[in-house]
Amino acid sequence: MTAVQNHEGAASSTQAAVDIRDLRISFATDGEPVSAVDGVSLHVQPGEVLAIVGESGSGKTVTAKSILGLLPDNATVSGAVVLEGNDIVQLSPGQLRQVRGRDVAMVFQEASTALNPVYTVGWQIAEGLRAHGKYSKKQARERAVEILGTVGIPDPEKRVDHYPHQFSGGQKQRVVIAMALALGSKVIVADEPTTALDVTVQAEILDLLRRIRDDFGRAIVLITHNMGVVADLADRVAVMYRGEVVEEADVRDLFANPQHEYTQHLLGAVPRLGAHTAYKVTAEAGPGEPAAPLVQARDLEIVYPGRLGRSGFRAVGGVNFTIAPGEVLGLVGESGSGKTTIGRAIVGLTRATGGSLSVLGHEMVNYKERTFRPLRSRVGFVFQDPATSFNPLLTVGEAIAEPLLIHGEATDAASTKARVRELLDSVHLPTHYAERYPHELSGGQRQRASLARALALDPELLVADEPTSALDVSVQARVLEVFSELQERRGFATLFISHDLAVVGMLSDHIGVLYRGGLVEHGTGRQVLTDPQHPYTQRLLASVPVPDPVEQQQRREALAAHRAAEG
Amino acid sequence: MSVPTDDHSSVPEPVESSASDTDPVATGQARQREPRWKRLPVVWQLRRSTGLQRGMLIAGMVLCAVFLIAAVFAPLIAPYGFNQLSDAGGNFPRQGAPSAQFWWGTTVGGYDVFSRVVWGAQTAVLTVVLAVVLSIFLGIALGLISGYLGGWLDRILVTIADAIYAFPSLLLAIVVSIMISGGESGFISGILAAAISITVVFVPQYFRVVRAETVRLKAEPFVESARVLGASTPRILSRHVLRNATRSLPLIITLNASEAILTLAGLGFLGFGINPTAASEWGYDLNRAISDVAGGIWWTGVFPGAAIVLLVLGITLVGESLNDLSDPRLRIRRRPKRVPRRTATAMKGAA
Repeated sequence: MTAVQNHEGAASSTQAAVDIRDLRISFATDGEPVSAVDGVSLHVQPGEVLAIVGESGSGKTVTAKSILGLLPDNATVSGAVVLEGNDIVQLSPGQLRQVRGRDVAMVFQEASTALNPVYTVGWQIAEGLRAHGKYSKKQARERAVEILGTVGIPDPEKRVDHYPHQFSGGQKQRVVIAMALALGSKVIVADEPTTALDVTVQAEILDLLRRIRDDFGRAIVLITHNMGVVADLADRVAVMYRGEVVEEADVRDLFANPQHEYTQHLLGAVPRLGAHTAYKVTAEAGPGEPAAPLVQARDLEIVYPGRLGRSGFRAVGGVNFTIAPGEVLGLVGESGSGKTTIGRAIVGLTRATGGSLSVLGHEMVNYKERTFRPLRSRVGFVFQDPATSFNPLLTVGEAIAEPLLIHGEATDAASTKARVRELLDSVHLPTHYAERYPHELSGGQRQRASLARALALDPELLVADEPTSALDVSVQARVLEVFSELQERRGFATLFISHDLAVVGMLSDHIGVLYRGGLVEHGTGRQVLTDPQHPYTQRLLASVPVPDPVEQQQRREALAAHRAAEG
Repeated sequence: MSVPTDDHSSVPEPVESSASDTDPVATGQARQREPRWKRLPVVWQLRRSTGLQRGMLIAGMVLCAVFLIAAVFAPLIAPYGFNQLSDAGGNFPRQGAPSAQFWWGTTVGGYDVFSRVVWGAQTAVLTVVLAVVLSIFLGIALGLISGYLGGWLDRILVTIADAIYAFPSLLLAIVVSIMISGGESGFISGILAAAISITVVFVPQYFRVVRAETVRLKAEPFVESARVLGASTPRILSRHVLRNATRSLPLIITLNASEAILTLAGLGFLGFGINPTAASEWGYDLNRAISDVAGGIWWTGVFPGAAIVLLVLGITLVGESLNDLSDPRLRIRRRPKRVPRRTATAMKGAA
């Protein structure tokens, strides 16, 4: 491959691990062909981490998949992806198979789907080895044990014979990384490798990836939308927008001095931990005894019933908190900590089984739907995924009118029109969107429509279950803005559930930290974020990567020290 | 999985999602929606189809249309009545070979074969429509209630549906037919008996599909959202679950309709169908033609037999094509006009 280089990095690209030149990818669809990647040129050196960032649909994943030749049938590719002297775009399927694994490997977002559940992890690593070289059964197994140890799986001699379900989410991701390492591939493409993981586990996986870069000199192409992860791991960053690379720079330069307008917008939208604290810090020092709480949980316990003869699963236990009128309570915790369960119990989607949970004065333990139904007009709920929380067959206007019709505030669809328009306007959506179907709106717009629906009846309490975690950062900022504006204006109380400490910190008066079904810390936003008492909260806070490479490096060292002190 | 329905199909989705969070229409006004008739199930698929799939779909539709026309205009098309044995010129010949007067010959009973086949189309179409309508209503209602409410009612209904599956469908249809009509009957009661027999066989299929969809939809956030809003169960079922749960039914209906025709013909062949003087029925005619075969009289058997085969083929072609066309992974797409330099290799894991 001595073709003439058409970009400035000509001198360096001779030894680049990956060299992408003028890559264009389009997809055949029912309508016009859709161009996903439009003239992208990138290169990655050995021992370097290149992060590709951008919102969903920007073409970052498609670009990365083209490095492995993993594009679907209807894709049309032009340009070149040069890897070890081979142009991936021109290779036959047989040659591609040889290249995959040997020269380039992929780490997927969902480790659990990348591993075959019916084989042991050792077998799966050996399978890859034997596809690319001559290994006896014994040698392959030895290599698998060795590599599992390298990626930090404790007790690898024994674990090599375990099945994927016997590993935790973070360990599974380690196993996938081990598979990539075992074959000695020079390039590892990591597609959102930590998105499905909790913050504390994410920090560990990022450490592992950094070690792979430093100790093994591998090139890593990291695809992510999390600017904190970028700041933590990347050496160079390419920002993609609508199929084009709009900016490419060293990580420190990019964060310190973003050039392109879109990059500036993107960085500005990232919520920063503790940058804003809630606007009503003084509210709790209000005069006299506060009004009766809207929600009061005392020793709340929620047990999911087990199957016949087995004991149930205790998702939440011994939790106490209150939500006063107008107060925003943020609940944070990792997956499985019970935060969503509490939110669902408040609106009666999950049954509270023990202790006491009083919502608007109605006891939710052993409640009857009939007596609670009239109160439902005073509680709103915003779901995590705006794509599925709208009936695909109703227009947005009809969906927003539903609560009005159900609670008899309007008799027919025509009489709701004015109110629907008003609600759309309050979430800053054009009023003609009422005639659209949900799939014709973007994710952020849908989530704002979802907020409009939840607020249709002017509720006193809003439960928002991870309302922004399915959205891109720039969109998230807009939704949060709309939310806090409405909250300020209408003064409804909110239970804001999220795994993102920065987001919760932005909005909440009080923050509760859940860990394994128990409330380990509860205090004002400032107090929890700046002076955490419980060791878990401290670890959680230290694990959050901040979108600033310099500060993140200090934090990383502090976290390492913290871990060393703990262990 | 996008099963196309009238509402879902008008937008080329990838365009939408590729610009996911910039306002999709910030630049222009809301795009013009396609006229409603273009978004109806079969029309939509026809417009999407191309190549072989289009050919299959059109062939199936032409076959179905021929039989539908025959059924509707039977009195005009058929030269004689289905039970007519004589005209002004005297009695019809028995087992007469095809001629100018009797295009497809006459049967052993002296009926005109062509007229019998045309009138038979009417019987077949009526029975199938009736059977499908009956089983859809029953199946959907039971499936919705059973799936949404769950509990003991669900368990009992599922067990009954499974039990019905255990019977050979023709045997079940015979038993029901005997129960309803005692084996012999006139036009309306005969068609009704046949339709109900087929219904009993097909209700469990619709029941299962709708129930499975309902169970899935029950956990969907938009149904939960309706619950949080305080919507009553009937409202949730009718407004939020029903239309979403029945999206895949058009496909099952077409596939079942062809089975219904075979069941009807089977009933007639075995003598549990409709009395020959009450209506014309292909299966019965085939039965009467058995003895003719040895005598070299081919026309009494070939024409009703071919009618059954062609109608079943037509409906199956339509059903299978609809099935393929509504699945984006099976649908053949028109290639873009400009010649691609090279198409990327498919990899299952890419998804």
